[in-house]
Amino acid sequence: MKASVEIRSAPHIKGPRSVEQIMANVVYSLLPICAFFVYQYGLSAAASILVVTAACLLTERAFVRTGTQAGSLSDFSATITGLLLALTLPPGFPLWMGAVAGISAIALGKALFGGIGFNVFNPALVGRAFVQAAFPAAIATYTPSFLPGRFTEFIPSSLAWPLMAPADTAAWLKAMQYDAMASASPLARWKFEGFVTPAWDLVTSLAGHMAVGPSPLLIVLCGAYLALRRFMDWRIPVAVLGSAGLSALIIYAAFGTKYPDPFFMLFSGGLVLGAVYMATDMATSPVTPRGMWLYGGLIGVLTVMIRYYSGLPEGVMYAILIGNAATPLIERVTQPTPFGKGASIHARKSASYTMHPDYISREEASAKTPKKRFLKNKPKKT
Amino acid sequence: MKLLSYFRGEAFQRGVHPPSCKLTADRPIRRLPFAPRLVVPLSQHIGKPSRPIVRVGEEVVRGQPIAEANGWLSVPQHAPATGVVEAIELRPSARGPWTESIVIRVYEASTQEVLWGAPQDLDAFPPQDIILAVQRTGMVGLGGAAFPSHAKLSVPEGASVETLVVNGCECEPYLTCDHRMMVEHARDLMVGIRHAMRATGASRAIIGVEDNKPEAAAAMRAALPPGGNVFVEEVPTKYPQGSEKMLITALFGVEVPSGKLPLSLGMIVNNVGTLAALGRLLPAGQGLVERVVTVTGPGVGRPGDYRVPLGTPLSFVLDYAGAPASVANDSRQVILGGPMMGQAIASLDVPVTKGVSGVLVFRGEDMAAREGRRTYPCIKCGECVESCPMGLNPSMLGMLALRREYDAMGGQYHLGDCFECGCCTWICPSNIPLVQQFRVAKQILREKAAA
Repeated sequence: MKASVEIRSAPHIKGPRSVEQIMANVVYSLLPICAFFVYQYGLSAAASILVVTAACLLTERAFVRTGTQAGSLSDFSATITGLLLALTLPPGFPLWMGAVAGISAIALGKALFGGIGFNVFNPALVGRAFVQAAFPAAIATYTPSFLPGRFTEFIPSSLAWPLMAPADTAAWLKAMQYDAMASASPLARWKFEGFVTPAWDLVTSLAGHMAVGPSPLLIVLCGAYLALRRFMDWRIPVAVLGSAGLSALIIYAAFGTKYPDPFFMLFSGGLVLGAVYMATDMATSPVTPRGMWLYGGLIGVLTVMIRYYSGLPEGVMYAILIGNAATPLIERVTQPTPFGKGASIHARKSASYTMHPDYISREEASAKTPKKRFLKNKPKKT
Repeated sequence: MKLLSYFRGEAFQRGVHPPSCKLTADRPIRRLPFAPRLVVPLSQHIGKPSRPIVRVGEEVVRGQPIAEANGWLSVPQHAPATGVVEAIELRPSARGPWTESIVIRVYEASTQEVLWGAPQDLDAFPPQDIILAVQRTGMVGLGGAAFPSHAKLSVPEGASVETLVVNGCECEPYLTCDHRMMVEHARDLMVGIRHAMRATGASRAIIGVEDNKPEAAAAMRAALPPGGNVFVEEVPTKYPQGSEKMLITALFGVEVPSGKLPLSLGMIVNNVGTLAALGRLLPAGQGLVERVVTVTGPGVGRPGDYRVPLGTPLSFVLDYAGAPASVANDSRQVILGGPMMGQAIASLDVPVTKGVSGVLVFRGEDMAAREGRRTYPCIKCGECVESCPMGLNPSMLGMLALRREYDAMGGQYHLGDCFECGCCTWICPSNIPLVQQFRVAKQILREKAAA
């Protein structure tokens, strides 16, 4: 047989980017954050991460088996959902409820819509919203970080039997000589007691016993890795944090005493985690650059509004879900301007050459020489 | 960085950076021997096919016209070798359908000198005569579009041209034929530019070169004529800079309005290879009988830029360049043009025509890496939107194509602006064949419009 010639459609080369590569890198960038979470809360946090992620992966597997889904386990997307979901749950969240969260995240948030790429809402947040509605008491029960003996002992509520109410952590904490104060999240403490935790303590999450998630600083660093390698769009976190900070600043400047300073707003609760990892979920955020700004801005403002004017202490989850719902609409109104149809059909002043030569030679003394900064071999005026 | 150079007006927006793989950039152009039979298709250009003016059995000398232009948007063909016309019949073409071609059996003993041609003093010609002289050379755009050069150089009534933009970007990976032309034939290029400027009435010429070809820029700077109205400008390397609209944006910081030609800005864009060839052919009064072709790719043993007589069958080119077809059971892909926009061909009997800038060969194992990748649904990462040089939304277009919403693609989402550069498909992490979908959609829209 002679050598055969195959035909394919151009382009005949392919960039190195793949879904697996993007998702794997998101998982890698989440690992330090998970490690920090375990460092804060010990055994319970580790178990929570494992159980929730396993629940997500098993659910994904079950749906992929049905043959109706496009994804596969090797694409890591269910792993991301699991890790993120575990990070948003309280560390002492009963493990069986965590499994429910994981199953509902993949089943309701992703598989129902057709699998990877088709989901309308961020699956991790769908899972969290589900358990927030189902188990409102458990999800509001936080424990302080850096408890002694956290690496040898579970938080008692973690080990509740399935379908059983979790053990009371307040009594457990009391036995350990901690006041109930430390086990309320900074946002709840501000909302219900008017106590503003210093912003720097919140940034590092390292200042003693606080009911906070992993350090926002660490999350920003991990997000910066993703953004620099272009596995995540930098515009969305910048827009979310910018608009949240700005609206908090405006409210703070207008009605100072009643509201906390914008730094508290930015670093408390799940805003940084939400801005960097949840709002940037590719399938549920706009693809258009202008849409990303609008979407991020909307989430930031909504977060502040929900936190300030609703009965809930935390608003990031609902803000992002509303942002997800608005995404198709945002995309519709922010389509990119095609080449040659925008304002760029008029020449920019900084260009290498002027459009219509009113000169022949650039060396002519009277010639209008366009300035080219930063470039070698720039034209010399004589 | 990207943004910075954009605001400085030195680049167009978006685009991609595929690995350049210019294996043959440092090798001088070599000459390919004559194949025993050359196949000259009558339609190697955009426009009406030429009319043959030779008969079967007639002897032709190299450079002799064998077909004449059929109307304005058409060019003559010249005999690429001394020999005898063996047949005028249908032969396979790169596009697929068999087309009317003149088959010449080459005289092996001939010296293959170009014996046809009347040296002419073009500086004495008025512009319209230069354009006729260009048509007589049979020149078409050698960059790949194969649009007749005389039609491109002629300025329509009421328009005026100030600037001749010379496109030396060669942004396609692997291809180096323009690069070598700029290095080795800078003088011919300047002659071509001078005549093209006279023909169009342009008062300046700007040669745009990507900054990954510094020796080409240096060679051209050394050859610049004394008048001071020809400039060499290095632009930041980015694909698809070689598209004329992108090059204009990079040079002038202005976008050619949608649906208009660069002519609306007083510009005409020509490829360096075209002008360099014109610079050699016009004064000698000869016709286009050969062109420089980059034969390269992982499947080629002796890659290089070859001066190939037009009509040489690809099997002959590949045999000579060390990519013989005899290896059994080995599948491979042969592409005319570059890897981003080139066309895979089904038959190695296809001849090299005026528009072929490169022949690429990928072996089975080179294709395997791409074949093995699975296709995911669009994950809406937005990379395609950030790489589309035309500012379209390929993600949305791709999803509409799946649902066969072709009218929405053409109307609301500006599919007509797509020039199939392949950036979106190259970058797509989900491995969606976007450009292929767009090609199908455009074809369907064209058929609808015609119906």
